Amino acid sequence: MIEIKHLYKSFEDKDVLKDINATFEDGKTNLIIGQSGSGKTVLMKNIVGLFEPTKGEILYDGRDFVRMSKRERVMLRREMGMIFQSAALFDSMTVLENVMFPLDMFSDMNEADRIRRAEFCLDRVNLQGAGQKMPGEISGGMQKRVAIARAIALNPKYLFCDEPNSGLDPKTSLVIDELIHSITHEYQMTTIMNTHDMNSVMGIGENIIYIHEGTLGWTGTKDEIMTSTNEKLNSFIFASDLFKKIKEANTEPHG
Amino acid sequence: MFIVKYITAFGKYLDLMGRTFSVPERMRMFLKQYVKEMEQLGVDSIGIVLLISFFIGAVICIQIKLNIQSPWMPAFTTGYTTREIMVLEFSSSIMCLILAGKVGSNIASEIGTMRVTQQIDALEIMGVNSASFLILPKILGLMTMIPFLVIFSIAAGFIGAYATAYAGILTPDDLTVGLLHSFVPWFVWMSIIKSICFAFIIASVSSYYGYNVQGGSFDVGKASTNAVVSSSMLILFADIFLTQLLS
Repeated sequence: MIEIKHLYKSFEDKDVLKDINATFEDGKTNLIIGQSGSGKTVLMKNIVGLFEPTKGEILYDGRDFVRMSKRERVMLRREMGMIFQSAALFDSMTVLENVMFPLDMFSDMNEADRIRRAEFCLDRVNLQGAGQKMPGEISGGMQKRVAIARAIALNPKYLFCDEPNSGLDPKTSLVIDELIHSITHEYQMTTIMNTHDMNSVMGIGENIIYIHEGTLGWTGTKDEIMTSTNEKLNSFIFASDLFKKIKEANTEPHG
Repeated sequence: MFIVKYITAFGKYLDLMGRTFSVPERMRMFLKQYVKEMEQLGVDSIGIVLLISFFIGAVICIQIKLNIQSPWMPAFTTGYTTREIMVLEFSSSIMCLILAGKVGSNIASEIGTMRVTQQIDALEIMGVNSASFLILPKILGLMTMIPFLVIFSIAAGFIGAYATAYAGILTPDDLTVGLLHSFVPWFVWMSIIKSICFAFIIASVSSYYGYNVQGGSFDVGKASTNAVVSSSMLILFADIFLTQLLS
C-alpha cells in the first residue's frame, strides 16, 4: 500500500500540488486522472522519486520514501516497476535484452535462468518470438507490452504506469489496460496508473483519484463516477457526447 | 550573471562526475559496457584517424619541403620537422579536436536522446546509478583507446610522408634520416599523456551536455553542438597548460 499525506510540490513560485492526501491499495488498479496540466504527472514523479516534494509524506507500506537515505531509496526502487508514456525501452538492446536488464543488474540468477525468466515475462505479455527484435522494429503497442514485461521481470511490489495508452489505438489500449489489470491481480501489486483515457477509467478503475488544478478533486471507484455530483469531475469525465449519453442512460429511471 | 552561470554549470559538472566515479553496481554489466564503448568510441574512430593523419603527414612533408627547405639547410630538415609536428601536436591535440567533433557529438546525442525518451528516468526508477552506468564506461573506454589512436596517427602520418617521398618530393633516405634525427622518446609519452587528458575532457564534457538535456530533439542537437564547442575550447586551454607542464 502507498499512502500520500499532505503532499505539496512547488516549482519556484508556482504551487503545482497542494495538500494531496491519497491511499493506493494492494492488488488494485489505482488511477490518477485529471486534465492536462492538472499536476498528475508531477504527482506520479513525486511518488517514484523523480521529483522531491516540497512538503509531505509518501509511505510505501509504512516506509517514508521522502526521508529515506539514498541507499534505502535505491533498495526500495528495486521493488518498483514503471511503464513510461514513451515505453522508454533501451534502443541499443534487443527486446529480450531489455527485459533481461533488471535481472542482469539486480538478480543473482545464472544466465540461463535470466533468459528463461525474461522469456516467461515476454510470454506473459503475448510476445513470444519477438525477443531478438530491436525496439525500433516493433509497433507502439508491442513496445508498451515489452515495457510491461521489463517492469514485471523482478516481481515488483509496486507498478507505476504513466499514460501507458498514449498514442495507441482504442483496441490496443484495451489490451494494455487488461494486461495491467490482470497482472496487478495476479501478483497482488500496488499499481498506480496515470491516465486521461476515459475507457481506462471505466474499464479498470478500481480506485480513482481525480486531481484538479493541483488539489485532490475527488476519490472513488468507476461505479461511483456514474452517480457523482462533483461538478468539476463531471465536467471532466463527461466532456464528450458519448460519455454524456452513457451517464444519462445510467441515471434514467428504469421503467 | 555570466560568471554565476558558468560557476553553476561547473558545480553541476562536478556533481555529475561525483556520481559517475562510483563503484559499478554489477561488474559484469560494467565490463560489457566498457568493451562496447571501446569499440564504439575507439575502434570505430581508427578509420578517420588513419585517413586524416595520412594526408596531414603527406601535406606537412610537401609544405616543409617546398617552403622551408633550402640549399642552406640540412637535407633531413623536412623529415625532422614532419616528425616533430606529428608527434608533438597533431597526433595528440589536433587529432583530439577532430575526435571532439566525432566522438563528442556521438556521446552527447546518444545520452541526450536517452534523456528525452525517458530511458535515463527508467534506469533511475530501477535503482540504477544512471550516471555511473552510462558515463563511466564512455570515459574509461575512450581513455583506454586514445593512446592507440595516437600511435596509429603518428604511424599514418609517417606513411603519408613516405608516400610523398616515393612520389619524388624528396628522397626516402633523407626522410628516414630526418625522422630519426635527435629523436626524444619522451615526446611520444608526452603526446600520449596529453591525449589521455583530452579524452577525459571529450567524454566527460560531452556526457555532461547530453545528460542535462531538457526538451526534445532540437535541444539534443543544441547539446551536441555545445558539447563539441566546449570540449574543443577546453582541449585548447588544457593543451597550453599540459605542454608547459610536460615539456
